Amino acid sequence: MRDVAIVAFAQSPSVRSDTQRNEVEILMPVVAEVREASGIPKGEFDFICSGSSDYLAGQSFAFVAGLDAVGAWPPVSESHVEMDGAWALYEAWVKIQMGYADSALVYGFSKCSLGDLPEVMAMQLDPYYQTPLWPDAVSMAALQARQCLETGAVTAEQMADAVVRSRANAKSNPNAQLSGDVDREKLLAEPTFVSPLHKHDCSPISDGAAAMVLVAGEKARQHCERPAWITGFAHIMEPMDLGVRPLTESRSTAEAARRAGVDAAKLDVAELHGPFSHQEILLEQAIGIGSSTDVNPSGGALAANPMMAAGLIRLGEAAARIHDGSAATALGHATSGPCLQQNLVCAMEGR
Amino acid sequence: MAELCGVVGIGQTEHRAARTDVSMAGLLREAAERALEDAQLTWKDIDAVVIGKAPDLFEGVMMPELFLAEALGGAMKPMLRVHTAGSVGGSTGIVAASLVQAGIHDRVLCVAWEKQSESNAMWALTISMPFSVAVVAGAGGYFAPLIRGYIRRSGAPDDTGIRVALKDRLNALKNPYAHLQIPDVTFEQIEQSPMLWDPIRYLETCPSSDGACAMVLSSERLAEQAPTRPAWVHATAMRSEPTMFAGRDQVIPRASLDNAKALYEKAGITNPRQQIDVAEIYVPFSWFEPMWMEGMLFAPTNEGWKMTYEGATAMDGDMPINPSGGVLSSNPIGASGLLRFAEAAMQVRGQAGEHQVDGARKALGHAYGGGSQYYSTWIVGSDKP
Repeated sequence: MRDVAIVAFAQSPSVRSDTQRNEVEILMPVVAEVREASGIPKGEFDFICSGSSDYLAGQSFAFVAGLDAVGAWPPVSESHVEMDGAWALYEAWVKIQMGYADSALVYGFSKCSLGDLPEVMAMQLDPYYQTPLWPDAVSMAALQARQCLETGAVTAEQMADAVVRSRANAKSNPNAQLSGDVDREKLLAEPTFVSPLHKHDCSPISDGAAAMVLVAGEKARQHCERPAWITGFAHIMEPMDLGVRPLTESRSTAEAARRAGVDAAKLDVAELHGPFSHQEILLEQAIGIGSSTDVNPSGGALAANPMMAAGLIRLGEAAARIHDGSAATALGHATSGPCLQQNLVCAMEGR
Repeated sequence: MAELCGVVGIGQTEHRAARTDVSMAGLLREAAERALEDAQLTWKDIDAVVIGKAPDLFEGVMMPELFLAEALGGAMKPMLRVHTAGSVGGSTGIVAASLVQAGIHDRVLCVAWEKQSESNAMWALTISMPFSVAVVAGAGGYFAPLIRGYIRRSGAPDDTGIRVALKDRLNALKNPYAHLQIPDVTFEQIEQSPMLWDPIRYLETCPSSDGACAMVLSSERLAEQAPTRPAWVHATAMRSEPTMFAGRDQVIPRASLDNAKALYEKAGITNPRQQIDVAEIYVPFSWFEPMWMEGMLFAPTNEGWKMTYEGATAMDGDMPINPSGGVLSSNPIGASGLLRFAEAAMQVRGQAGEHQVDGARKALGHAYGGGSQYYSTWIVGSDKP
């Protein structure tokens, strides 16, 4: 395996609804920022890869406009996944591993505000047997949360504590949407939204974008004082149907972490993409994260969740802790599909 | 640095206007199981799955790979979903190959598909967004002006497109999977078919198809043990450019030329027309054959039509193009690119049956998409690179 490092990361502020800018306009300053931070000029990236979803944009080929944000002229070697940008980063990492590229620009973006997000997500289900019933994303997560609570896999207090932690950590994150000091008891006393979930157990609906730069080998040090070297990168899919997989654990996250060679005991920082509070805890359990690891110093998805970028942001926030020297080892995680169906783990270190 | 990668299994569905006999999962499994059977492998032998298709609105399912994961043996395996507009089938093959070439997996299954009968592609392409020009004409309305530009620049005779269509429609009769089979099709029949988007006639246009294509790609060590001789991947290339800006040549775009140059350089090819035995080129409207002869550097500028006219692109010509009948005969959009890649591999494996080009040892697969702005191509050979 070649040594590859994340050398730059940038993101837009996540907001509930950016009514002034379209996706490309949100993306452009982010791409400009990450390019400047890496010192790699436009046109000198060997490979470009992006992640987005046509259904969030409400039109076909929504990602094509993204090319305008990166300025694909002269023509670029480029690809796109209909997935979170974290998987675009994976594809770029593969291209570098095979020797077809030494540097890559990766981005992810969405405006989740354009439709009724929980209902749009019902379009993700089996179109013959499930979508016609319109089970929205919050209700699906609530089924999972109910099972977690009733089997004792997660407690209501743990869920509230995840929210307290997220809001408190997000106070130092200017890009977060929700932050502040909240109290466990008060959270537990709030009315439920979709039982057993309270509104605060659900990630906010966000518009936003993120971008990242990868560079291979020692050259990475020319672009970043303290690169975040990728030591393991893996992702795993589970079946979608809620009836055929255990919902009170995340087997795919555990397997991805195993394949990425994660040593949980030595993790300084973990940025976990849990769009619902109980999922954050399931993810901690799957990876085996203990009290010595700082979980979601950015606030995580409970503080901001611009889909298609939120996973990439987790990886970027983890890398940022290596970049600023506050962590020696870090893990970034991304999820996709209902109830943690597909999970990605990227392990990194500073050296 | 890249590891060698070989195509060891190929499968495709019968392509039809509406495959009402199968669900989406059933359609994909039909192609995937045929690829596994060709490779004499089972689902358990696959390390990772890569899926490609064009816009999700074409079926009305958001990120359908999530619900298809189990049907494609993706449970507890890595799965990627590629989407690069019309070139996506090719890109899917390239992403799958790169997982092997990077040394990450030994065997990767790639599947590309479209089931257009489940939704309406014309509707999906016609959604009008604020502050942008709506293309209310479908793909034909978008590409017809580019073709007219080509005719004006090259001085190509008016019937060049008819000749391409006649050739591909006759070729399709030799391909049992092809969607459009028009026995005894004639020049006059095509000439007299209705004009849809001048200069594109009805019979110069691709159909709307349901269909899927699958391939099993394998590492060098395992490919050497394959029951049928593998098609070795010699080179892959992808290029993209923006849809529109002043100065962009949409007729023979620079991304096409750059892509061709990059591909040939990696494959060590200096004279493509001489060194490549057969090519499967993405030709959704007849006139794109002469245009891509220039875009892929098989012919000098403004002379691509001469290859069609002189019969060079026929099965018995010196540069056979689309012996399968091509996109003009089957167009399950997301799969169309992977079908080009797969048909190229079938040729160098000697598997193409009635539409086999004698002695083909090096073949090119090509796909393009968007507003003639996305390109993905590969070259495969009977011999290792």
